[in-house]
Amino acid sequence: MEPTTTTPTRNTRLIAMSDSVSAPALSFSGVSMVFPDGTHALSETSFDVRAGEFVTVVGPSGCGKSTLLRIASGLNKATTGTVSVDRSHLGYVFQDPTLLQWRNVQRNVELMAELEGVPKDERRVRATEAIELVGLKGFENKYPKQLSGGMRMRASLARSLVLDPKVFLFDEPFGAVDEITRERLNDEVISLFQRNGFAGLFITHSISEAVFLSTRIIVMSARPGRIVGDFTVPFSYPRSPDLRFDAAFAELSGEISHALRGAHS
Amino acid sequence: MSDGVGTSMTSAEHATDHLDVALEHYSVADIEAVQPHAASARTAEWSRLVGPLVIFVLFVAAWHYMHTDGMRRFFDKPGFLLPAPETVLHDSFLKPLARASLLNGLKWTTLVALLGLAMTIVIGVSIAVTMSQAKWVERSTYPYLVALQAIPILSVVPIINSVFGGGINSRLFVCVVISIFPIVTNTLFGLTSADAGQHDLFTLRGASRWTRLVKLQLPSAMPAIFTGFRISAGLSVIGAVVGEQFFRKGSKPGIGIVMEQYRQKNLYAQTYGGLLLAALLGIVVFLVFGRVSKLVVGHWHESSRKPD
Repeated sequence: MEPTTTTPTRNTRLIAMSDSVSAPALSFSGVSMVFPDGTHALSETSFDVRAGEFVTVVGPSGCGKSTLLRIASGLNKATTGTVSVDRSHLGYVFQDPTLLQWRNVQRNVELMAELEGVPKDERRVRATEAIELVGLKGFENKYPKQLSGGMRMRASLARSLVLDPKVFLFDEPFGAVDEITRERLNDEVISLFQRNGFAGLFITHSISEAVFLSTRIIVMSARPGRIVGDFTVPFSYPRSPDLRFDAAFAELSGEISHALRGAHS
Repeated sequence: MSDGVGTSMTSAEHATDHLDVALEHYSVADIEAVQPHAASARTAEWSRLVGPLVIFVLFVAAWHYMHTDGMRRFFDKPGFLLPAPETVLHDSFLKPLARASLLNGLKWTTLVALLGLAMTIVIGVSIAVTMSQAKWVERSTYPYLVALQAIPILSVVPIINSVFGGGINSRLFVCVVISIFPIVTNTLFGLTSADAGQHDLFTLRGASRWTRLVKLQLPSAMPAIFTGFRISAGLSVIGAVVGEQFFRKGSKPGIGIVMEQYRQKNLYAQTYGGLLLAALLGIVVFLVFGRVSKLVVGHWHESSRKPD
């Protein structure tokens, strides 16, 4: 589980495959997970995510997708296999916003930097920048209960941004928001991705969300999860919302849907 | 809920310039939709006044009835055992001598109750924090807390007397024993109620036990802790008064002692006057903690409304 000293180049603005010479920012090799209660969640999973790559994992419920992220972040330990990743610049957005209810937006966004020991002035500057990036400027002093679901998710995104993530994990972050908010948040994730060039690993149930966001899509089987499909997404960034109605988009979505149906049986 | 406000506008913009979406801001209207409605607030204002007033009138009427007729009819006992409300007020608070001795008693009782409560809070929160640190500590100490709660305090009065003497220390001890349980249980419940996802955040950055306690567990426990304070505050007043019934040494006659003295002289009106004061003290302490709780957690906690 030792984090390797992989240091992806800063300010990578390059997209996908063109960067294939650099070492992966996040690498799973032969990862299996069996929980104490005997649930076999993951089986022999190996893949890499490089800086400038946005990989989305889709698969049936309970196939261990979220477990992959928990292992990558160090929250869980793999039963067998290894993960190598530099966790000092790790962003992690959970399914729920998990904001601290007693802190306003500003102080919530500062939290990760605060736990990391970043000095007060420095983290204030970073938080202000992150809040502006996710479009929450003017809401710094609001408390979570005063925000809508979409805005809470934005605050949660900003909280991860203050650590200047080189690896960014997203665990079905937009499952609970309405369709239109989800599309807007997808646009924001893409612009953050283009801006920061992190290595993204995204989990979702939505095929169209996966295709819209990613450079690569991995399809996993039902429990125990293993990789049954691996698709490269050919569309360039920036991606227009109209892409969702493109024939090529529909075709790729169809292929992935087909692979998923196979994964279910 | 309020995301919908700005969306029709944005989907139109999507077509033209989708990259700017990240820089878009919500309008202030998004937030104002969450504020409560003005009309319903006015209704609430009304019922806040009328309800208590009606109940108060009924209470005084029932009391009066019990004095004139009820005591004899239901219990076959003389009415003087429960003097009429106006007699209680007159004899206790309009006669200077009675008033002075009751108020003096109230002063000492308040002192003991507050001192006892302060001790209870410090000891209780410390116990809860210790218990929250490991499941085995909680499991092995909890039975003693329950046992403490079950002790009939009256039966150990002689022991308390010989250990702490007949003065204020014994009263404080009774206060703490009677009022500590709700503080420990509520604080413990609060400390363990932070959700797993929030704990994950702290685990991700390798936060120490101390950081987790101070930045996650204690703040998220505040609403529960204040609930514990409120319950214990009432119990502490009871503890102080009960303690006075048994430990009367020293020159600090609390309200319980004054009441007992009046009762022995068959001055029932003044005895009830003391009872009223003790109850009033309980109510005031309860209200004060409610107010403090609102000030501390009202701005973020769902269940405590903002003072307006």
